Amino acid sequence: MRGALAHASWELRLTMRNGEQVLLTIVIPLVLLIAMCVTNVIPVTAGLSRVESAFPTVCAVSVIATCFTSLAIGTGFERRSGALTFLATTPLGRQGLVLGKVIATVMVAALSLVVVTIAAFALGWRPSAAAWCAVPALILAGVAFACWALFVASAFRAEAVLAIANALFLLLILLGGVIIPSTSMPLSSVVALLPSAALANALRSTLGAGDLPSLASLVVLLAWAIVGFALARSRFRWQ
Amino acid sequence: MPAYTRRVSALEVTDLRVAYGALEAVRGISFTAEPGRITALVGPNGAGKTSTLEACTGVRPFTSGTIRVLGAQPGQSSSRVGTMLQAGGLYPTARPLEWLTYLARLYPDSRDPRELLDLVGIDSSSRTTARRMSGGEQQRLKFAAALLPRPELLFLDEPTAGMDPQARRSLISTIGGLRAEGVAVVLTTHLIADIEELADHVILMRDGLIEAAGTLAELRGEGESMTFDARPGLDLVSLTGALPDGYGATEIGAGRYVIDGEPTPSALACITAWLAERDEATSGIRIGRTSLEDLIIGDES
Repeated sequence: MRGALAHASWELRLTMRNGEQVLLTIVIPLVLLIAMCVTNVIPVTAGLSRVESAFPTVCAVSVIATCFTSLAIGTGFERRSGALTFLATTPLGRQGLVLGKVIATVMVAALSLVVVTIAAFALGWRPSAAAWCAVPALILAGVAFACWALFVASAFRAEAVLAIANALFLLLILLGGVIIPSTSMPLSSVVALLPSAALANALRSTLGAGDLPSLASLVVLLAWAIVGFALARSRFRWQ
Repeated sequence: MPAYTRRVSALEVTDLRVAYGALEAVRGISFTAEPGRITALVGPNGAGKTSTLEACTGVRPFTSGTIRVLGAQPGQSSSRVGTMLQAGGLYPTARPLEWLTYLARLYPDSRDPRELLDLVGIDSSSRTTARRMSGGEQQRLKFAAALLPRPELLFLDEPTAGMDPQARRSLISTIGGLRAEGVAVVLTTHLIADIEELADHVILMRDGLIEAAGTLAELRGEGESMTFDARPGLDLVSLTGALPDGYGATEIGAGRYVIDGEPTPSALACITAWLAERDEATSGIRIGRTSLEDLIIGDES
């Protein structure tokens, strides 16, 4: 655990110094929130204000950008540089590295969510009593996306990871039940099984409508987290 | 000296095989590395040196055989093993002191990062990131990282590559000091001078196999020979025919020839006469024991 915490601290330091990562994980969600609140490009959910519709969506975007896209790309290039190969020779170990990366990524996501939440508050969003119920969904989603990011980063070379992570990010946001709720999409029952849709649905319930998240959303996220962790743990490659 | 060193070798490799798909890079080699000695893996490119070293550090899976590192499986005694890899090994955006400070937190009993940066001649207040450092500076930083755990066993893959003479001299001196402290050092290198200055035990590899092993003196042998460089592809049958009985000529590398047999004035005269008759230019004929360079080149061509 000591090594994992040391690695988490190291990852945080490097991430916050990397302009591209800060842009992807903090600036883009912030700009998206403001854009969704001041324009009418995105349809507003019936019975909710514009910011109440936008805030859960932007939180989901923030988690996916941080825990999947940014982590996968960063890890892919760390593998290419040989830095991870060297770490493999230290007492950190595979488990320490994976755990450290997940901790650091969840912390960056938390920071991103805090920034977005402050902005949403300034734009008129007010939390309901059920808002805290978003936390389990956010944690499950963070772990699930982070583990899948490590798996993708291990399965392909760095340039391919860059392309795949960005493409999946756009697909999940546009067609994975984030911008448009899965209930409004064709094959809605299939889309709802995606981690992006499960996260967005849980956040719409808790942060938008003020309800509890559906059990189905949490189960879907848990399943993605378990499979992702198993894959990341067994398939993660240092080289 | 640690207690274990009186009982077992620091590194024991037995019948090691490493494959990349269908290509077998290491084909069943066995050797040991002892505390207080420097073991050098040498050989031409593709001999299997780096694959062997990476298997011993635990970063490269091996097909079969056994490796015992300080009595344990590769990677299981990493808190007492230092490693300097040939390729990579640094975060491109990391600064020297922060990188070593982070790594120091991974080891139970690490050396002081500032002290190590001083040792390798890197300013601990430098804000230059690894990707902006020269190749030699990167090597020195990687060497410092390898020394962090106070290693009992040190793996160094081409440690002096890209270093200027002053930095190389300092590194050689430091490695010599570690040997005196009882550290077992296993290194690979292409530099003959490194081997001559450092190695107590030389393992000559070729095509994934150990071709010869021993001290440098043992590898060079006792007999003397004549060596010269000329145009590649000389007519060796004709040259051998021109030599006294019992002598033979071999092209051991492209344009490098060895005359087997005692270097007598008459043999020398035969060689120079044969070259002169054919108007073949040579940079000179050398007499002496087989050089390490010749051993490494071997019959590679």
